[in-house]
Amino acid sequence: MALSKHAHIVTAYGEELDKLADELARMGGLVEMQLVAAVDAVVRRDASVVPDVRKREAQVNAMQVDIERRVIRLFALRQPLATDLRMTISALRIASDLERVGDLAKNIAYRSKDLNTFAPLAVLDRVERLGEIVAKQLHEVLDALSSFDVEPAIRVWRNDDEVDEHYNSLIREMLLSMADNPALVGPGAHILFVAKNLERVGDHATNVAEAIHYMVTAEALDPSDQPPR
Amino acid sequence: MHDAQTQPTVYHKNSLGGSDIKVEVRDVSVSYGEKQALFNVSLDIPDKSVTAFIGPSGCGKSTFLRCMNRMNDTIDGARVSGSLKIDGAEVNDRAVDPVVLRASVGMVFQKPNPFPKSIYDNVAYGPRIHGLASGRDELDAIVEQSLRKAGLWAEVSDRLQDPGTGLSGGQQQRLVIARAIAVNPEVILMDEPCSALDPIATAKIEDLIDELRENYCIIIVTHSMQQAARVSQMTAFFHMGSLIEVGPTEEIFTNPLESRTQDYITGRFG
Repeated sequence: MALSKHAHIVTAYGEELDKLADELARMGGLVEMQLVAAVDAVVRRDASVVPDVRKREAQVNAMQVDIERRVIRLFALRQPLATDLRMTISALRIASDLERVGDLAKNIAYRSKDLNTFAPLAVLDRVERLGEIVAKQLHEVLDALSSFDVEPAIRVWRNDDEVDEHYNSLIREMLLSMADNPALVGPGAHILFVAKNLERVGDHATNVAEAIHYMVTAEALDPSDQPPR
Repeated sequence: MHDAQTQPTVYHKNSLGGSDIKVEVRDVSVSYGEKQALFNVSLDIPDKSVTAFIGPSGCGKSTFLRCMNRMNDTIDGARVSGSLKIDGAEVNDRAVDPVVLRASVGMVFQKPNPFPKSIYDNVAYGPRIHGLASGRDELDAIVEQSLRKAGLWAEVSDRLQDPGTGLSGGQQQRLVIARAIAVNPEVILMDEPCSALDPIATAKIEDLIDELRENYCIIIVTHSMQQAARVSQMTAFFHMGSLIEVGPTEEIFTNPLESRTQDYITGRFG
């Protein structure tokens, strides 16, 4: 996996860059798993995955530390340039976004325990839908990352408004229900947090898309190309 | 023919035909006997700025540097064609005296090459033979000023009569730069000026280059990518006798447009 079709003259340098890309892909896979498990825990009202989520969360954090260490090492010892420079700096940005996604997924999973103490809410299918959209965004941007493909990254970036639309309508519906029925304030507050966390995951997916775009093209995505929030 | 010799140079935005051009090069080719070493190079080199020439050994960058002060004249069988103008004046014009030209286009080599004379005489030599000073006081002033500009004055002011060859490598290189500055050059060429120096002496030369660019057009050939990135504002990449790509240094090192430039600066097999 590399942006250039040619191999490095210094083999060890090429291997270090490859390992960085591999590690990033593994971290992406793990984070994606976390998100799916977290949404599932809330929607299926099954908190049994929480210990696994907690275990994987520690792994995700360790991977971010490892990627940071690799990037610092590359800067100090190899002074990467051109595509290598863009790849290295993007790896740092992406790892930090993925780590945040991991945190948010963990928060969502933890909420499932509290939510299970209340009766199921009708709004859960809306949560499921928002979770699906966000998971798809994350999945597609991680695909773009492993293929160095800029087109799907741009698609994800443009598609963030769909996430926001679902998020806003879910929030509106939940607030109305809570106003109507104060007994829903307890579980409703948890749902609001879950929705907010999912919406933030969507934002991190667009950040990753921006980093991929810079990595491949050396240019920032133009904010005027994105639908207004 | 290798495609390096047939593909056109890639010019980044505003790197050809801009304003404040000191050296204008059009279609310069150089052959040594049967062997062509440089193919149709066209390039604008801005004034009061540092331009770096990078590329693998034998890519033509030093050959091209030597066109600037007609050093190729001294090589038997060397043929230079095309146009190379400094401040609009054709360098290859027969009326141009190479000796006078070389005063206005100073050169600093890989290994410091002070004359086997005193520090003072090393710097005073050029102004003397070109008649730039009318008396001892004026010559003293030129020597001091040049050594100051070269960042060497404080280290040698109390031993100007000591031999220049007794200085450290880094000091010798700054002495040679002082010698070049003493004759009021228009352009200063530097061919790997730091390759024989330790990192501290290198840093001092780089700092000096940064100061000198306020007043001179500086062209540096370097094998150190990091050095090109540190000292230059423009970078030109040569490969197999052709100028492949020219642009602002930051763009060349973050986003080269040509795959050969990319492969070279990232250390890949091309």
